[in-house]
Amino acid sequence: MITNAIGRAVPEQIEGYGRVKPFAGAFNTPPDMKRAAPAVKMRRPGESKLHGSLEEVFRAIPVKDGMTVSFHHHFRNGDYVLNMVLDTAARLGIKDLTVAMTALFPVHKPLLDHIKNGVVTDITTNYMSGPVADAVTRGILKRPVIMRTHGGRHRAIECGELKIDVAFIAAPACDDYGNLNGVMGPAACGSLSYAMADAEYADHVVVLTDFLCDYPLSPVSISQTRVDYVVKVDAIGDPKGIVSGTIRSIKDPVQLRIAQMAANVIKASGLIREGLSFQTGAGGATLATAQYLSKMIEEAGVTASFSVGGTTSFIVNMLNRGLLRKILDVQDFEREPIESIGSNPNHLEVSVDEYANPFNSGCIVNRLDTVILGATEIDMDFNVNVTTGSSGLIMGGSGGHSDSAAGAKLTIIVANLLRGRLSTVVDKTLTVTTPGESVDVLVTERGIAVNPLRKDLLEKMKAAGLPVKEIGELKAEAEKLAGVPGKIKTGDRAVAAIEYRDGTIIDVVRQVLD
Amino acid sequence: MELRRTLMFVPGNSPAMLQNAGVLGADSIVFDLEDAVAPREKDAARFLVGGALRTVDYGSCEKIVRINPIDVSAEKDIAAIVPCRPDALLVPKVNCAEDIHQVVKWIEASEAPGQKEVKIVALIETPLGISNCYSIAKAHPRIVAMALGAEDYTAYLGTQRSDGPEIYMARTMIVNAAAAAGIQSVDTPFTDVLDDEGLVKDIAFAKKLGFKGKIVINPRHVDAVHQGFSPSAAEIEWAHRVVAVIKLAEDQGTGAISLDGKMIDKPIVERAERLLQLAKVLGLEGGQS
Repeated sequence: MITNAIGRAVPEQIEGYGRVKPFAGAFNTPPDMKRAAPAVKMRRPGESKLHGSLEEVFRAIPVKDGMTVSFHHHFRNGDYVLNMVLDTAARLGIKDLTVAMTALFPVHKPLLDHIKNGVVTDITTNYMSGPVADAVTRGILKRPVIMRTHGGRHRAIECGELKIDVAFIAAPACDDYGNLNGVMGPAACGSLSYAMADAEYADHVVVLTDFLCDYPLSPVSISQTRVDYVVKVDAIGDPKGIVSGTIRSIKDPVQLRIAQMAANVIKASGLIREGLSFQTGAGGATLATAQYLSKMIEEAGVTASFSVGGTTSFIVNMLNRGLLRKILDVQDFEREPIESIGSNPNHLEVSVDEYANPFNSGCIVNRLDTVILGATEIDMDFNVNVTTGSSGLIMGGSGGHSDSAAGAKLTIIVANLLRGRLSTVVDKTLTVTTPGESVDVLVTERGIAVNPLRKDLLEKMKAAGLPVKEIGELKAEAEKLAGVPGKIKTGDRAVAAIEYRDGTIIDVVRQVLD
Repeated sequence: MELRRTLMFVPGNSPAMLQNAGVLGADSIVFDLEDAVAPREKDAARFLVGGALRTVDYGSCEKIVRINPIDVSAEKDIAAIVPCRPDALLVPKVNCAEDIHQVVKWIEASEAPGQKEVKIVALIETPLGISNCYSIAKAHPRIVAMALGAEDYTAYLGTQRSDGPEIYMARTMIVNAAAAAGIQSVDTPFTDVLDDEGLVKDIAFAKKLGFKGKIVINPRHVDAVHQGFSPSAAEIEWAHRVVAVIKLAEDQGTGAISLDGKMIDKPIVERAERLLQLAKVLGLEGGQS
């Protein structure tokens, strides 16, 4: 074991992953290497890419034991493709696959059977929730799951650390030569950002579609030049799971209070000005913050330059009303943004490389003024956990959390100080996902805390009359109401390794013992 | 100066709301044991509200409990709640001064020696209560405010709520009675949670009539009500100028003095001073520039 820069004990070596580089600070591990070159490919005139079945493609590649197969999560809990591909692998008797899926959801429960029958032995992902996440934390896999950030996954692919043998891309619309987009067809999902690196770097690229179009398709998100196989299937996803009905305007008064305070923090920091750039999430208080922020932008008579990240109808509405100049989009949660990205030239699909890759000549999050993010736990050093829940089970992961936190000038964490009977502020988070040095302000319903590293911000918050407290005061207040919870029983075995965006290991998740 | 711009209702049987009521920004929280609580939940609500009053720190919020009507279970509510040290009780459907006397007797029977006196806010929501509102306002020194409950009132009148004419007289009667008795008047809540524009208009109208605050049944209305009942920058500036002009007149020994062509007399000076005091309490003094 070695102790990294935030005091977490991490193993020196992880089986199947290799030597661990301990986290050394958000920008203290610069690259010193060349990109890994992807395979050079060739296709003769007259050769068809269209295949009748997945099995045919598996044989043509051929998919072998021990390969890494990759997937993207734009269909979220409506995804059919991962299960379909693994069922095919099982039928063909393939074993020991590594699944590199950008995010895993409850719909991927059948993956557990494929772990039990030996088809899948390893997983790498940026986020997971549901039965697979539970089983992983309880120790179903022999080797730890490698959990990355969205930007970090792209980096790992480019650096040759995540080598993809076969990428399976779910395409809402595709022609027979592999040009595809996400804005047409019954399973339209909008941006296809997370699939772009896979298409570029995988040795073999297979596209599954339920909406085969005439050649040449337009618009094109991922082009024919890297796509090797096209398979027409009955359905690639459930539109109801893709376009989640969960995004409604927030009515919970406590969350609204938090959101309002978060918007006031942005205002107090002087960022409500011409050209403001921001990122908000799709859930709870982060979504509500966008609503207050929008109001402030309107009242100040300024225009925001861009919004980045997952896109909601609220953000599209800001674009349409002229409060926002561009949307830089990696994923869409609702019908409106899917329609908008296909029709509005100021609504742009960007790759994860552009969005969040820490090892390029500058990604979009570096240009963020402010980002509003959630937390399940935050500690005295402002380290944030969005990976494990109150029972110790994995129920999330960074996704873009650590990337945007590192990039933005003002990173705000919004969280209820009390969730049920638990304090969100703790001495030490069970898991660290995002390091405290990249977090500036915590906003709760009982006051805000400013990271002591940001003395400049502290003065501004106080001058604006915001209810500033020490983070320890917030913790004491919460514990007075809810008490101090007992420790979660975990074993020594690491079931997941949390890789920071730069490829260092920031923490591990330990097995939960029931 | 006791601020009662918002009297925010919280259902007495909702543990989550009881825990968080203090963070929603209202001047006063009203823990409701009456209409928000189903008959079979009454005992649980009494127990929960009592526990919350004893254990939760509500900061600077005033803690008020709406008990059930006198002829229902007011006595039981008072006996359970008063020992938990609320700041005040909101007594519903007060019809006459005798109702207040009865409530005071029950409070006195439950107050511990040395306990901070539990105040009373009278909720007037019947035609009889409106007719008697001055005698109610003067009924006992424990009464600090009188509020209008327009939903029940209009039902008793046999009419429906609209844009306001049906409750105009009740509103002005209450404002007048409260002013005459030297207590605060609190307006009926605005009930449409989707009509933000209507809310702002309703608040402005209530302020114009002379109300000092408003009942709030949706926490999302708190900010708008506070904004409406707080002095504006222009009002604060005007008040400063009135005070300055009066000081000048006193220094120079002149009697009558005018500002912007209008006579400044005692009531105007008093209004300016009250406004500045309110601005000071609200930390709005910076707003004068």
